[in-house]
Amino acid sequence: MTAHRRTGAQGIRVFLGAVLFLGLGNAPVAAQVVAITGGTVYPVSGPKIENGTVLLRDGKVVAVGAGIPIPAGATRIDATGKWVTPGLFHGFSDYGLTGVQSVDETREGSERGDVNPAFDVAEGINPAAVTIPIARMQGITTALVVPSDHMIAGQGVVVDLAGGTVEDMVATDHAAMVIALGVEAKDAGGGSRAGVMARFRQLFQDAIEYQRRKADYDQNRMQALSAPAAELAALAPVLAGKEPVIAQANRKSDIENALRLAREFHLKLLIRGGVEAWMVAPALAQAGVPVLVQNLTDVPHFDGLNARLDNATLLAQAGVKVILAQNDDSRDRDLRFAAGNAVRNGMTWEQALRAVTLSPAEALGVNDRWGSLEAGKAADVVVWSGDPFEFSSRAEHVFIRGVDMPLKSRMTELLDRYRTLPPRYF
Amino acid sequence: MLAAAVLAGCAGHAGPASPTPVPGPEAAESQWSALRSQYPSTYQRHANAPVFIKNATVMTAVGPEIAGASILFRDGKVVAVGKDLVAPADATVIDGTGKFVTPGIIDDHSHLGVYAAPGTWAESDGNEATNPVTPNVWAEQSFWPQDPQIPLAIAGGVTIIEALPGSANLIGGRSATLRLIPARTVQAMKVPGAPYGLKMACGENPKRVYQNRGPSTRMGNMAGDRAAFIEAEQYRAKWDKWLKDRVGDPPARDLGLETLAEVLRGNIQVQNHCYRADEMAQMIDLSKEFGFKIRSFHHVVEGYKIADLLAKNGIAASVWADWWGFKMEAYDGIPENAALLTTAGVKTVIHSDSEDGIQRLNQAAAEALYAGQQAGIPVTRLDAIRWLTANPAWVLRIDQETGTLEAGKDADVVLWSGDPFSVYSKADKVWNDGWLVFDRNDPAHQYQTDFNLGQAAPGVGQ
Repeated sequence: MTAHRRTGAQGIRVFLGAVLFLGLGNAPVAAQVVAITGGTVYPVSGPKIENGTVLLRDGKVVAVGAGIPIPAGATRIDATGKWVTPGLFHGFSDYGLTGVQSVDETREGSERGDVNPAFDVAEGINPAAVTIPIARMQGITTALVVPSDHMIAGQGVVVDLAGGTVEDMVATDHAAMVIALGVEAKDAGGGSRAGVMARFRQLFQDAIEYQRRKADYDQNRMQALSAPAAELAALAPVLAGKEPVIAQANRKSDIENALRLAREFHLKLLIRGGVEAWMVAPALAQAGVPVLVQNLTDVPHFDGLNARLDNATLLAQAGVKVILAQNDDSRDRDLRFAAGNAVRNGMTWEQALRAVTLSPAEALGVNDRWGSLEAGKAADVVVWSGDPFEFSSRAEHVFIRGVDMPLKSRMTELLDRYRTLPPRYF
Repeated sequence: MLAAAVLAGCAGHAGPASPTPVPGPEAAESQWSALRSQYPSTYQRHANAPVFIKNATVMTAVGPEIAGASILFRDGKVVAVGKDLVAPADATVIDGTGKFVTPGIIDDHSHLGVYAAPGTWAESDGNEATNPVTPNVWAEQSFWPQDPQIPLAIAGGVTIIEALPGSANLIGGRSATLRLIPARTVQAMKVPGAPYGLKMACGENPKRVYQNRGPSTRMGNMAGDRAAFIEAEQYRAKWDKWLKDRVGDPPARDLGLETLAEVLRGNIQVQNHCYRADEMAQMIDLSKEFGFKIRSFHHVVEGYKIADLLAKNGIAASVWADWWGFKMEAYDGIPENAALLTTAGVKTVIHSDSEDGIQRLNQAAAEALYAGQQAGIPVTRLDAIRWLTANPAWVLRIDQETGTLEAGKDADVVLWSGDPFSVYSKADKVWNDGWLVFDRNDPAHQYQTDFNLGQAAPGVGQ
């Protein structure tokens, strides 16, 4: 580990960084009134409503129910025979951070170094990434966008998958700190998981000390700390239990290590991956720790030999808050099919829908804005041709902040060009 | 050459007959190791009582789905499929009410066994990445029958795979056509008589892996392929002449050229990893330069741009439903690819190339089917089931034996809990050549590999 002396200038920069995104959530919204009528509405926060109406105004949901009067001049969307749900919330994504996985020029999600708590991904996001409209067409409207790769990878943000600038997209900054405890962090611990734990404890203790003794630090009256001041300062909201910590941990013992750290430092913990989480389900439920599950993954590795396709089901049955967050290179847009597979493997349909809408919002503490169709929440609504988890269905309307998003992407343009051969290039 | 004769002799539907006569037994016992280059299959069909599934929806993969139908299979062969069948007295009768029956899924692009779980360096046996041209290696000789990924794939309804070398090399080696069954050796999994394939790769992978020694460009890739086949032409001519004349000692053996000579003779056909449209056109020209046959392009992410060219050349396309964008040559992937290829007349296959994807190939086909239909492309459920069964059987040249549910075909059968194109359906029972190798409701028919014993939870049957 490298010891760091005080670096006052960095400390100042952190605070500037913190104000950078003040005023977020002022992104463009639709001013007109939209009434989605006649569909079967799944608000998630309550039971389904047959022949329901969802009323949107100024980018917010204003009413959900049956027999709601429709204001004159409202744009009507006839959803008769359709399914209406909140927009899907991807709980662990790299939208805008990764354009093409193998192309460095398009990858912004990872900062060099093992310990990067001050790394905030927001300004690495490319609102023009071609993955965004493609995900949107599959009904994904909101996402936690996270950094990757290291023992402390940095901080993620919650974005709406709409908007031309980072300010437009990012609605919650410092949404979560992403850390790793398993095989991907071992090198940072000198080659052992035990070393990783020791290093976390040292960092957290130093961060606490730094908070407590900033004056001493600035006057050079402290011994060397295990990370630069800016990094330690960034850990403060985490150690205050305000900013959630998402710990990548798959092996049962890694999850238990994460729970131990959370107890010692009063962290607001989420587990991500959690291949063997089903074996610790009661402890996770008791500690109120949600799990972000990759529920299409069941191949045994030494980082999680006891992989099962029904991991999410067993966790949900034990009372753990489950978030379905399948995350792989080229299939992130398939979140709804991951949810369908969760049902295939034992979850109830309602549990699975919740696990891609309200549960991620709750786990990240942003359910005042997202996750369900309730008055006052963001007007992020999807009208589906049928059951959203089925391959035979598709999203017919995707509203983000009340805007009926165009269902066009680079893919649809390629299809249009090559639908009949030879293509016409002019 | 001699190896070709052995191959042609046991595969009734193999490519053009070898120019050489099948050697007599005295020759087989001779000093010529070339005669014994292909290690024999030791596969044996398990003896089982006949099975009669009644009142199911049967998707035969040759004609329309038949609702309320039955299927009878006995001694590893389909006996009958239809509406008015009567169960024989000795048959195990299974009620298929509300369920669907399909042929076993065939994945023509798998690295199971050669990139086995748990995925450590020790099991990483799929790319002989020490030389860009390695026609001398055979995937079956890396294949680990105790790969714990195998039972997971079986639980997804897969009965046969083509195990392929990886795509690091321009010429990666021979493929193996294997039944997914519990076995101690790969020889016991080899489909008897199935012709070998040769794995080749275009594009980014070879030029990335070998950028420091070459090839480092796409033109370098092509040059490497051409150099290898130029050498193979000479080798083949030398051997064919000797085989005809039998004058003097046989020429020196070269394991790699032996395989390439078989490709030139048509007894082995090429399975070609290739993403970009323009590169596939180059490979078609290369195959014509040397007179060999590309059986299928694999991945074919830009196949929809040249569907007419693939159809004209009779080359199949083995594709993913939805992989795209993870590298530049995959940047133009669209979900309508399989549908556009199919309606252009290309034999299309949905493959996995993945230990996860192989467990849900039915879902991949569904995704591609509905993506096509939603775009107004007239693909059908019959097309989609053929993507998983009859078409990969054609790619592996085992379509006379399996891939459809017709009398006389192998009893590779899956009973699904519901419509296989629904996300909610699961394979309930899987018969491989008549052998019940998976039953979701009976732990006695849920195979665990040695690796899982005592350390890993059952991965299947949940």
